[in-house]
Amino acid sequence: MRLRALGATLVTVPITLFGLVLVTFLIGRVVPIDPVLAIVGDRAPQEVVERARLELGLDRPLIEQFFRFVVQIAQGDLGRSVMTANPVTQDIARFFPATFELATVAIILAALVGVPIGVLAAVRAGSWTDQAVRLFCLAGHSLPVFVLGLLSLLLFYAKLGWAPGPGRQGIAYEDMVDVRTGVLTLDAALARDWGAFWDALAHLAQPAGVLAFFSLAYIARMTRAFMLAELSSEYVTTARAKGLSETRIIWRHAFRNIAIPLVTVLALTYAGLLEGAVLTETIFSWPGLGQYLTVSLLNADMNAVLGATLVVGLIYVALNLFADLLYRLLDPRVR
Amino acid sequence: MHPSLTRRTLLATGTAALAAPAIAPAAAQSPPGVIVMAKQIDDITSLDPAEAFEYTGTEIIGNVYRKLVTTPNEDPARLVGDLAESWTTSDNRIFTFTLKSGVKFASGAIVTAEDAAFSLRRAAILNKSPAFIINQFGFTRENAEQRIRATDARTLVLECAAPTSASFLYYCLSAAVGSIVEKAVVMARAQGDDLGNGWLKQNSAGGGAYVLRQWRASESVMLDANPNADPAPRTRRIVIRHMLDSSAQLLGLQRGDIDIARNLVADQINGLRNDNRFRIMPQRKASLMYLSLSQRHPALAKPEVRQAIKLAIDYEGIQRNIVSTTYAVHQAFLPEGLPGALTEKPFAQRQEEARALLRQAGYPNGLEVALDYSSGAPISDIAQAIQAQLGAVGIRLRMVAGEMRQVITKTRARQHEMAIVRWGSDYFDPHSNAEAFSMNPDNGDNARNRTLAWRASWEIPEITARTAAAVTDTDSARRVATYQALQREHQQVSPFVIMLQEIEVAVTRANVTGLELGPMSDRTNFAGIVKA
Repeated sequence: MRLRALGATLVTVPITLFGLVLVTFLIGRVVPIDPVLAIVGDRAPQEVVERARLELGLDRPLIEQFFRFVVQIAQGDLGRSVMTANPVTQDIARFFPATFELATVAIILAALVGVPIGVLAAVRAGSWTDQAVRLFCLAGHSLPVFVLGLLSLLLFYAKLGWAPGPGRQGIAYEDMVDVRTGVLTLDAALARDWGAFWDALAHLAQPAGVLAFFSLAYIARMTRAFMLAELSSEYVTTARAKGLSETRIIWRHAFRNIAIPLVTVLALTYAGLLEGAVLTETIFSWPGLGQYLTVSLLNADMNAVLGATLVVGLIYVALNLFADLLYRLLDPRVR
Repeated sequence: MHPSLTRRTLLATGTAALAAPAIAPAAAQSPPGVIVMAKQIDDITSLDPAEAFEYTGTEIIGNVYRKLVTTPNEDPARLVGDLAESWTTSDNRIFTFTLKSGVKFASGAIVTAEDAAFSLRRAAILNKSPAFIINQFGFTRENAEQRIRATDARTLVLECAAPTSASFLYYCLSAAVGSIVEKAVVMARAQGDDLGNGWLKQNSAGGGAYVLRQWRASESVMLDANPNADPAPRTRRIVIRHMLDSSAQLLGLQRGDIDIARNLVADQINGLRNDNRFRIMPQRKASLMYLSLSQRHPALAKPEVRQAIKLAIDYEGIQRNIVSTTYAVHQAFLPEGLPGALTEKPFAQRQEEARALLRQAGYPNGLEVALDYSSGAPISDIAQAIQAQLGAVGIRLRMVAGEMRQVITKTRARQHEMAIVRWGSDYFDPHSNAEAFSMNPDNGDNARNRTLAWRASWEIPEITARTAAAVTDTDSARRVATYQALQREHQQVSPFVIMLQEIEVAVTRANVTGLELGPMSDRTNFAGIVKA
């Protein structure tokens, strides 16, 4: 039964991805920007423009262009980016680890803070603690992330000097560590270059902190809402009547039940972060997937756009799948 | 790419400006011997001189390669030898260059005439975007071998298809596409028939002040001093970091992590004006901002309407209030700094005259026109000012905001009515802009030469012939006079409202000297930069 359910979920993966590629491809073709412009520039003579158009296959029927693209993807070839002159796969291999590192640290921080304060707010609903948590969450959720980023830079970098400036590493460490995974902190640790490790970690702290603050607001509010619903359930009243300790009721009973929807919230928040936080990446000069995708889109660099979108889609699908599997693990009824 | 979120930029600038006084002076933190420059560098698509055609790419190339001839920034109209010791022509068709002796590439090899011939042939054969600068002298893939040749180790002969103005050829050779690459190094990395293009996109083989150590797209460019450069650059390494956000550039500069910020906006620059910790360096660029009026639009095709638009705009007000530090009022198609540039400004806001001209044209109740413009600052602010000013004389604008490339795509397809566009000169000769703004040899939809005049559907056989004649004039003084006369006529009759000339402003920390901004990107010189 479990295998059949898993199989059904897996069948939807290629269909989802195909739909994603189709929609992205069509959007790419209706964007009112000439993709040839990105390659040859505004000032290129007409013959150069037309040659580039032929090389891109833009003279072919749309269906043929799409078919060729799908075949190319199936062979693992995402084409070459116009903006970077590199194969798109190589670009993604460079930009995605930066986003992965940022998003992972951010979601860990957000979950570590967001979940406990959400539970605390629910347990002390209506108290000043609850009000403070709600205010804190409101700030995190309503302040635009670029304002948070700039304020953070002003305070921790410019004013207090506690954090380094924008970028992934200091000039002194640039190019000093062999790239193995692309995750700079990990690469530095693997190379046992602790100077580079601390430098990379220091550069990571601010953007990750900003993203974590933004995400934890949502996580905490959702946790609070889930928890409030659980705490008003009859089984909680029964447990209290039976004399169970409040800690046991909250963490062993109520929290276990909210774990299931919470996993979905965390997974989708993480997926959102992994697709690249464009504004945060821009303010902190963080060369991640979000910036890559945005710049490519604005320049009609369609190979890059399609490649990056495919990666984002895969991430969503993978995390959804992961959440599904976790559901089955956590909820005996689904088993 | 330019920042496109106006509100974000405004807020960011405001926040940074408010915080600026609170930031304590910090000692320079960028490492000694290394200059850290913050700049938007995501326009680089290639660093091969035969291919690069965007601003940052050509700027890097200008510091990594040398050309046969160039123009000094202190006197940009004067031609001087770079790799060439002397140059001569007897008939304005065959040009002979004698190379300086003993000049070396970064590899240590001597620069020879064969390297120069190879580089120019390569540009013609690859026929990438900037190749037309070389190919307009009749060089093609087929004839490049015969017409561009080295006759000995120091002598290069160029045989043009027809007699041409000598200064025109020399100025074209001073463009980035005229950079000399080391043949042996490039050909050792060639793949198939790419003449080393794949490798040279991300590597260098030149003799300029610096060597390209690394280009990471949308991240950084690292340049190391060329050990064989003569004279040697004053700083051993230059790191150009991609920083899209101008506020982040400002903060980095104030903290001392950045030595030079290249993309600060007007308010930020004004905020630093009286701060002796920084040095502000403005330089007029060969880049114009103008309105293109499509002649397919029946109202805009009327000379009185075009003139009315030119008289309705408050050029000085726009410059003073929106782009006080980054643009200057300029109203002719040759930007100041280029030979033959006209500095006369015949147009100022005269609303009564504009209204009278509209009545004369048959529009007593005004008219409605669509305006395409880029949604990024400062163009969006300028577009709003123009909307108000034209509205005051009865021209109602339908505002169509888009990304800059979207606007360009539309004007290239001749689908605009009115558009705010920018244009940078391709090379340091008057013909670059003269051709763009005042030549339209074929106004048909399938024309080969799609100049700016073509994009505006401006049919001008007589002006086209005069512009074409100017380029072959061998008398330099007469040629300049012809361009000035053309510009005066262009100002009055053309469907272009040339409004502003860009001023590039670099802000350095006070202990950093020697940056030389040029009127064109490839003339920006890093060799003298040094940090005390």
